[in-house]
Amino acid sequence: MKKSTEMKKSSAKKRHTKTSRSDFFILRLYIAGQTPNSVAAIANLKKICEDKLQGKYRIEVVDLLEKPQLAKGDQIIAIPTLVRRLPPPVKKIIGNLSKTESVIVGLDLQPAC
Amino acid sequence: MPRANSKGIRTSLAKTPTGIQGLDEVTGGGLPKGRVSLVCGNAGCGKSLLAMEFLVHGAVRYGEPGICMNFEETEEKLTANVASLGFDLRELTKRKKLLIDYVFIERSQITEAGEYNLDGLFIRLAHAVKTIKAKRVVLDSVQALFAGVADPAILRSELQRLFRWLEEHRLTAIVTGEAGFQTLTRHGLEEYIADCVISLDHRVTDQISTRRLRVVKYRGTSHGTDEYPFLIDKEGISVVPITSLVLTHKALTDRVSTGIPALDEMMEGKGYFRGSSVLVTGTAGTGKSSMAASFVSAACTRGTLCLYFTFEESPSQILRNMRSVGLDLERWVKKGLLHFNAMRPTSTGLEGHLAAIHKLIAKLRPSVVVIDPITNLILSTGTYDVKSMLVRLVDFLKVEQITSMFTNLTFAGDPQERTAAAVSSLMDTWIVLRDSKPNGRPRRELYVLKSRGMAHSRETRELIVNEKGLELGILLRDHTLGATVEGPSAVAAAK
Repeated sequence: MKKSTEMKKSSAKKRHTKTSRSDFFILRLYIAGQTPNSVAAIANLKKICEDKLQGKYRIEVVDLLEKPQLAKGDQIIAIPTLVRRLPPPVKKIIGNLSKTESVIVGLDLQPAC
Repeated sequence: MPRANSKGIRTSLAKTPTGIQGLDEVTGGGLPKGRVSLVCGNAGCGKSLLAMEFLVHGAVRYGEPGICMNFEETEEKLTANVASLGFDLRELTKRKKLLIDYVFIERSQITEAGEYNLDGLFIRLAHAVKTIKAKRVVLDSVQALFAGVADPAILRSELQRLFRWLEEHRLTAIVTGEAGFQTLTRHGLEEYIADCVISLDHRVTDQISTRRLRVVKYRGTSHGTDEYPFLIDKEGISVVPITSLVLTHKALTDRVSTGIPALDEMMEGKGYFRGSSVLVTGTAGTGKSSMAASFVSAACTRGTLCLYFTFEESPSQILRNMRSVGLDLERWVKKGLLHFNAMRPTSTGLEGHLAAIHKLIAKLRPSVVVIDPITNLILSTGTYDVKSMLVRLVDFLKVEQITSMFTNLTFAGDPQERTAAAVSSLMDTWIVLRDSKPNGRPRRELYVLKSRGMAHSRETRELIVNEKGLELGILLRDHTLGATVEGPSAVAAAK
């Protein structure tokens, strides 16, 4: 399981300044160790992104057990929490992401009509 | 749920001092060490302040760094709020004695999509505790948590898990919660917090605000179940730890002068008992404050510290008035032997006055206390409240062996005994002053209605107040005869 580092964050910011990237999703999933909910969330998220976003996404997984200081920035208290960092506005989903519909609605993944 | 320590047996609880004035006395040493205590109450009752003081004192006085997980206010707001109390949170945070973690939960921004737990909260707390090696934790307030987390069942079970985690890590914690309708807290938190629950109450009656604290539960400690008044002033919270005590204070045998030699004579030549309570009643202008001033003057001359609480006249008024009767109180003020404390009786409730009086006495440790007058304090609230508050005050003064004097205004036409009924049984000595106009010549009279433990004179004497001070004149009436007997010189003057 690949775990991204903070470097992705700065490159994501550069990406945001380009106008045509409004449909590129940067999603950060906060977990706390390899718990069943966390493992399920990662799997569920990958599946949803593959279905709906066709490669126009990047998933960052942050394990708070390794980096507890990162919890404060995004005000994380529930685990797992998925934060849609890009495109704005920021949206948060909590849970193992088993409720696919809720994830789609919550992240506003419907393509713009 | 029954909970045992690692040995599986219930040992008596060790305590962590809060550093809040009066609270450590009321709880017999502070909060249970390494356990979670609940502080609940209605809005504005002072629970966040109490929790904050617990952390600040912990950091500053007891060398225990603390964490505040705040679900309601940002660090900036919190810092600004307590700055006026002299708490410099920024400084403490810099020195790693304090860590404030503002946890913001906006429910509308969060969608729930599957199972979750609150590990994020745990991780933040654990990280904070590790960062400054904290020993004290505050969670303020759970109400905000309940508002933010959609599923109360998950929250409840996570809170229980959190409290267990706190105890496992031997952290002394305070959790604040809002008062509920029929339960102590809105969400019935008191069920999970088994060891200590403190309830704060703040109410406004007739425009006067009253604050009370009650130890609802304290496992392993026989705590008083009384409500203790407390006040919040520029130094923070002060709880008045006095209760209706058992009557075990020592009766002292040494005496103190009344300040009027002839009155000393009437009291076995020695004056009041030290540590006793003296009531001086009289209609307007009969010389009550002058009596108090004479007493205080004599005490200061002996070098003892006096505290004068005035509820009607300003200190400078009193100084001026007493100068006109030959009493220079100002020099005692300058020498630091006489302290005035002036307050309007309606400025706060009776509990507030009691708390302020208690706090000042604890700070200055005087030998003599004057409360001039207690009239408005008696009138301001219902008689039961008053009596119980005064009982506590007088008991406290006796335990501290402070000689106290209370003046009370009575109204012309009212029999003395009835008006001061709420108070007189608490008093060891009762001196009555009044006006009379025999044969058209107005004069003031004084007699000692009672004085426990001594063979006091039952005579009525004329009280002469002039620029030389207070003196007692001729014998007017001797109550032992049960009849009005005019002394020879009074009869001569009348002719």
